[in-house]
Amino acid sequence: MPAATGLGLLKGLGVTLKHMLRPAVTQQYPHERPDLAPRTRGVIALMDENCTVCMLCSRECPDWCIYIDSHKEQVPPKNEGGRARTRNVLDRFAIDFALCMYCGICVEVCPFDALFWSPEFEYSTYDIDELLHEKEKLREWMDTVPPPPPLDEGAVQPKEVTDAIDKAEKAREKALAATQAKAAPAEAPAGDGGGAAAAAAAPAPAAAKKEEIHVDDVQIDQETFDKLIAEGQSERMARAKAKAAYVRKEKARIRAEQEAAGGGDAAAESPAAEAPAEAAPEPKQAEVHVEAGEIDQETYDQLIAEGKSERIARSKAKAAYVRKKKAELQGGDDA
Amino acid sequence: MSDLDVRSVTVPATAPGESMAVELVGDGDFATQDMTLSIGPQHPATHGVLRVVIELDGERIMKATPVIGYMHRGFEKLAEYRDYRQIMALTNRHDWLSGFNNELGVALVAEKMLEMEVPERAQWIRMLIAEWGRILNHLMFTGSFTLELGAITPMFYAFREREDIQHLLESATGGRLHFTYNQVGGLKIDLPKGFLKRSRELSALVRKRLKDYDDLVLGNEIFLARTKHVGSLPPDVALSFGVTGPTLQAAGVAEDSRVTEPYLKYDEVDVPVPVGENGDAFDRFYVLLRRMAASLDIIDQIHDNIPSGPVNQKLPKIVKVPEGECYLRIENPLGQLGYYLVSDGQKNPWRLKMRTPSFSNIAAIPYMLEGVLLPDLIAVLGSVFFVVGDVDR
Amino acid sequence: MTAAEGLLTGLPNVWAQIPFMIGIMLGMAMVVSLVVGYMEHKVMAHQQARLGPMEAGGFHGWAQLVADGIKFVQKEDIIPRNADAKVFSMAPGIALVPALLIFLVIPLGPRVWALDLRSGLFYALAIGSIGAIGLLAGGWASANKFSLIGAIRGVAQLIAYELPLILAAAAVAVQAESLSLVEIVTAQAEFTIQGTTIGIPFIVPQLLGFGIFFTASLAELNRPPFDMPIADSELVFGFLTEYTGIKFAMFLLTEYAGMVAMSALMAVLYLGGWEIWPGLGLPGCEGVGGAMECGLGGTLLGVGVMMGKIMALSFVMVWLRVTYPRLREDQLQKFSWLVLIPLSLLNIAVVAIGKVVF
Repeated sequence: MPAATGLGLLKGLGVTLKHMLRPAVTQQYPHERPDLAPRTRGVIALMDENCTVCMLCSRECPDWCIYIDSHKEQVPPKNEGGRARTRNVLDRFAIDFALCMYCGICVEVCPFDALFWSPEFEYSTYDIDELLHEKEKLREWMDTVPPPPPLDEGAVQPKEVTDAIDKAEKAREKALAATQAKAAPAEAPAGDGGGAAAAAAAPAPAAAKKEEIHVDDVQIDQETFDKLIAEGQSERMARAKAKAAYVRKEKARIRAEQEAAGGGDAAAESPAAEAPAEAAPEPKQAEVHVEAGEIDQETYDQLIAEGKSERIARSKAKAAYVRKKKAELQGGDDA
Repeated sequence: MSDLDVRSVTVPATAPGESMAVELVGDGDFATQDMTLSIGPQHPATHGVLRVVIELDGERIMKATPVIGYMHRGFEKLAEYRDYRQIMALTNRHDWLSGFNNELGVALVAEKMLEMEVPERAQWIRMLIAEWGRILNHLMFTGSFTLELGAITPMFYAFREREDIQHLLESATGGRLHFTYNQVGGLKIDLPKGFLKRSRELSALVRKRLKDYDDLVLGNEIFLARTKHVGSLPPDVALSFGVTGPTLQAAGVAEDSRVTEPYLKYDEVDVPVPVGENGDAFDRFYVLLRRMAASLDIIDQIHDNIPSGPVNQKLPKIVKVPEGECYLRIENPLGQLGYYLVSDGQKNPWRLKMRTPSFSNIAAIPYMLEGVLLPDLIAVLGSVFFVVGDVDR
Repeated sequence: MTAAEGLLTGLPNVWAQIPFMIGIMLGMAMVVSLVVGYMEHKVMAHQQARLGPMEAGGFHGWAQLVADGIKFVQKEDIIPRNADAKVFSMAPGIALVPALLIFLVIPLGPRVWALDLRSGLFYALAIGSIGAIGLLAGGWASANKFSLIGAIRGVAQLIAYELPLILAAAAVAVQAESLSLVEIVTAQAEFTIQGTTIGIPFIVPQLLGFGIFFTASLAELNRPPFDMPIADSELVFGFLTEYTGIKFAMFLLTEYAGMVAMSALMAVLYLGGWEIWPGLGLPGCEGVGGAMECGLGGTLLGVGVMMGKIMALSFVMVWLRVTYPRLREDQLQKFSWLVLIPLSLLNIAVVAIGKVVF
């Protein structure tokens, strides 16, 4: 035993006492639901309509835990005199979750968007055999799949998103041209043409707008919920479906309101003008790239004076430099 | 005691590595025999299925032999039958506490052989997650080491922090332990919106909470008494056993492949390498705590430096690595992880040799255990940070 | 005449008093031990940023230990093949009964005690040590190397820490001029310096002695940081490794009963027993100390104060367990022989000199 000063012992007692006086971090699980991220790999859901029985998932699975059965079916020709085609029909799609190692390769390789991850995790069983789930069960989990989260600001947006932005951009240009055309020859019958152009432009911004309709504070559609419960669905499933129903209803309502708010040309314009205006600056900001490396001396000195460590000060000063440069560049652009 | 008069008794071996002959010490009626005690394979202090066969005279350990292989799962052989994407899901699991760093090693070695340019953004994000993974791993050992010494509380604090970090990483990767976020040529998908903001906040929070471990454990006189000068490992011995990571740094050798042989963008950030003085259990724990702070420093630098851009490359449907061979080492949380990849141009490697840090680190255990007391065995086993899956593979 | 005394003297003979004694003993040992056990769960949990038991019984898991008890009873009783079955089965009883017998002499409140032995302190310390035989028997009979090491550690620890414990208690006996626990409480109320009577708990003049007694009792009870006989990370569970079911539960109960007994002893020896402050007197009470006559309210208040002190001391024991790692066996021995025993000798010398001078 070394000559104990006892100070360390007292400090330790202080730490535990401090924690006792603070609220605990425990989540009371069955009473309190965990807040899981949309990307959480909880269970694999199947959209069986999308499956073409290409077998990629089954072959790529490191544990060989996906079982697929199918048969071929003759499809009558579309046009008369054409050839009859064959189509794969999915008979069985089963995943043995007792073997699955949740690596997500199947979801990743699926070329037809038939497999998705869902954060649903409450499917434990009393018997290992019961963990083999067939396509009906996998389809049910589809209702619990959340929409993918938006990406970070610095990310390259996926093609679907950039396409939508492009479309909206084009529509805005068209609409702009149309209004100009309408404004210039005031008494000319060009108003008709302008109206037509605006009307043509309308679907695109509406599509862009549709993505923006976001329903906060998701509630449960009680009617749907009750109905599903009455049908004998599990509470969780019913809740998820009822939520989806609520969101659908809300979106429809919002859309209807928007459409009702403005009727004619002006209404078609305003979403057209707004949507790209919000979407457009994003890629622009991403373009401004500053070679980091230099230090903003002023910030650096100030941080050092504040007693920050050298390393922190340096990295913060770097960031300050980058910010300044970016502001300069952008200012230049605007001018 | 009359049955102990014989000088040497033969005990039938019940398992490989167990001693056959038992020496008797002392005279006549006072003759005592060493007791052979099997610590493990099922024992709370070996966290996993390591077995240490020790010979005890009273509580003093005369000889200690680690017996490994109870958890051999044939990773290297399995890797020969899997493509690179599947190998990443597999290597996540040999050291289950540093999943991201393991898969990173496979991705890096494959990319090196493909001579592939990985997008800058992907490299920075890889670094960010790798450092968070390092903290996750170190937190686990902070908790388990102190738990083995009898202090139950740091474990719970460590798991509180781990929970927060896992929650953060789950939002980006979908996994909590086995991230499988890498792919050859980059990352599977970009970070979700708000990740960096939350990462910043969490970094500040964890940094604040690390002080609790200092107060609770590092200054505690009982802890000092238990760990100071226990299981000392001099630098030359450590190097001769191939010990790496915090165990080597505790011996005073500032070896860290993030500094000595930088990969990703580690040459563009400042990587602090804490070192110890005596290489004893205390220094190993001290270095472990300081390495967490160092990782937080790196994380803070990364936040400001992540460029925008793509995070992966268009890949062919089947990734085939050209013929050849390559060895690459990275700094795993527990030490240096090396992957030696031999490819014959097929979609699976011809051979993937893993040099895992835990395996080399436990090689030094018999050296450290000679002549110490039974409770010190626990201090030594706990402070030579290893994961049994990483030892047996 | 108080309620308790009325009950006692109203009874026809000494045989009828036995159920009353057993009542006090068991009530104290079982109920208070369970309360302390529950407190340990909760305090530990909250100090570790957790909630602890929350479900059993509804409100904050108050019935957790009851539920645990029911679970232990249901479990299969396993006796290892090579074990000495008789000794193995007797050991939990040998450990538990002495821990309960201590409660015979502990005064819980004014006039609330089963026995006022003239040699109460001696009895309490002596019978408390018997439990170690149960520990040794259990460890030896288990036919398990880990159990054996645990048992030997336990006994070595007991030998080392019995001495400072007794020396510290002796200093109290010197100061109180009595071995009777009731008289020790009275002595604190009638503490005299230079002829003036100022009630003062013995912790004030004997802070050092209290520290020694507290540390040594932790070691006696095998409580962390002195829990080497159990040392779950080294010896799996020490002498308890092979025990299951009700026998294991008996050992657990022994630990909690021991905690309560030691806390109660400390409350009596150093903190003035059932009095809020020695010499102050409880409302509704006449006289001082052992001669106190209290109404029902005063008696209950006295018992409450005593319970409060027991809980406070048990809380500190839990607090230490949460915070500290475990010492090593040799460090434990050194700490006792080189630090605690010399200090307790010094303590007894200082107290004796003080007694003569003042």
